[in-house]
Amino acid sequence: MSVLAQADAAELNRLWEALGERVAHRPLRRPEVGLVQLRGRIGGSGAPFNLGEAPVTRCSLIVEGERIGHAYVLGRAPAHAETAALLDGLLQDPARRPRLLEAVIEPLRAARRARAEARRRDAESTRVDFFTLVRGEAST
Amino acid sequence: MYVAVKGGERAIRNAHQRLAERRRGDPATAELELNQIREQLGLAVDRVMSEGSLYAPELAALALKQARGDSVEAAFLLRVYRNTLPRFGYSEPLETARMAVERRISGAFKDLPGGQLLGATADYTHRLLDFSLAEARALDSQLVAPADEAPKGGTSDGGTSNGGPDGSAGPAAPTAASSETAAGAAVPRALDLLGDETLIETPPDADDGPVPDITREPPLFPAGRAQRLQTLARGDEGFLVGLAYSSQRGYGNTHPFVGELRQGRVSVEFTPEELGFAVEIGEVELSEMETINQFQGDAEQPPRFTRGYGLAFGRAERKALAMALLDRALRAEELGEEKSSPAQDEEFVLEHADNILSTGFLEHLKLPHHVDFQSERELLRALRKAWDERRRQAREAAE
Repeated sequence: MSVLAQADAAELNRLWEALGERVAHRPLRRPEVGLVQLRGRIGGSGAPFNLGEAPVTRCSLIVEGERIGHAYVLGRAPAHAETAALLDGLLQDPARRPRLLEAVIEPLRAARRARAEARRRDAESTRVDFFTLVRGEAST
Repeated sequence: MYVAVKGGERAIRNAHQRLAERRRGDPATAELELNQIREQLGLAVDRVMSEGSLYAPELAALALKQARGDSVEAAFLLRVYRNTLPRFGYSEPLETARMAVERRISGAFKDLPGGQLLGATADYTHRLLDFSLAEARALDSQLVAPADEAPKGGTSDGGTSNGGPDGSAGPAAPTAASSETAAGAAVPRALDLLGDETLIETPPDADDGPVPDITREPPLFPAGRAQRLQTLARGDEGFLVGLAYSSQRGYGNTHPFVGELRQGRVSVEFTPEELGFAVEIGEVELSEMETINQFQGDAEQPPRFTRGYGLAFGRAERKALAMALLDRALRAEELGEEKSSPAQDEEFVLEHADNILSTGFLEHLKLPHHVDFQSERELLRALRKAWDERRRQAREAAE
């Protein structure tokens, strides 16, 4: 669920479409946008406080008549949540799971890692060391 | 008393039409797309999310477009949108210790574990207008030449406490500290350096009580620190900066150092009721500021540094810094300081920080108040008549 939620919506859609599968499903809960109040911690590690809200889209589908797939995705993203819920349902099917992990989940995980790594490298290029110059003192 | 007015429908309809035309501007100019606003006016988007108290970059970009760049109006639009949605619940507390940092600096510590990353900052620019940006150009000519993208340690003074050599191992084999960062592992907090020596207070621990939420229950005074931080987090940046500045100038008692500023992405975890366990649902960009402030101590506690805390959506470091100063200033009573200045007065600060509340009450003055005004005018006429009468009687008595 985490990988599906954290995926780029267009990437997720492309990988799913590329599988060319048609799966019967019906909504248990159609994509619905609501709010989650985000919490921080005082001093970063202390008691929690409420920071502000974010829209979240959730969706639950009954996939192939038996398995229930859930999705919670940050943002106002009905299509993303629906695809994620469908895949969450399919991933519970032991017969399909290995192929889906290989064709969808792993590429999404790798893409997310690559994005994070690129950002880390960009930040790394700005690593700085400041010197302290001692003034007005005779050196020994 | 407010008396409703009727009429004006046609004029209002036409005013909306004129507003739409103004929003579009000269039709010969290309229309703004939301992704242009989101990508190229990112700090405006962050400010709207912060003051609208809703982390939604696409919606904030839309609000800015609809409000013609007016950030207060745009934040207002987000608040109204937010009011139309059901509440799913509360996130797990965001673990900023596990932030994938893209900027991390300290004004207090020269060498800190994990090192300092300037990130994309304007702090060291000359603030000269760059006329080369006035015209659209090919992408590569807009970017600074990447010549010294990967320093080989030449500028380093070899600080040994930096957790690793500066990129000298090359991108293929990142240093231990930085590869952990990419994986979301903890970057040590600068203030923990002082904590180890017990030179600084520790943040308050969680108690088991509910976390107060000002969107559900307006704060009663005295407010708790959690309510103060929630109010400051959605407060108007200009108001916060002005008050924080006043506390630096002597109207309050802050005297801070920037212990640590960090910016980057943090995963959001949420526990859906139907699952019963926490899942990651996305990530948010945050700015976190910790200040180190002057000492407190008493018979029980040895003297030690105190701290202020700021946390804001997006790349909002000015806001986060102002918030940290005010968080500290508002602790005056808790820390036994004399309360003498506006920045230390929580009712004054918290009741006036929200620009949607304040602009609403201010701007409603523009709406028709014809009946109120008429009643005041009649009262004034009566007073004038009585005054004239008294003058006349006084004159007659004198004669």
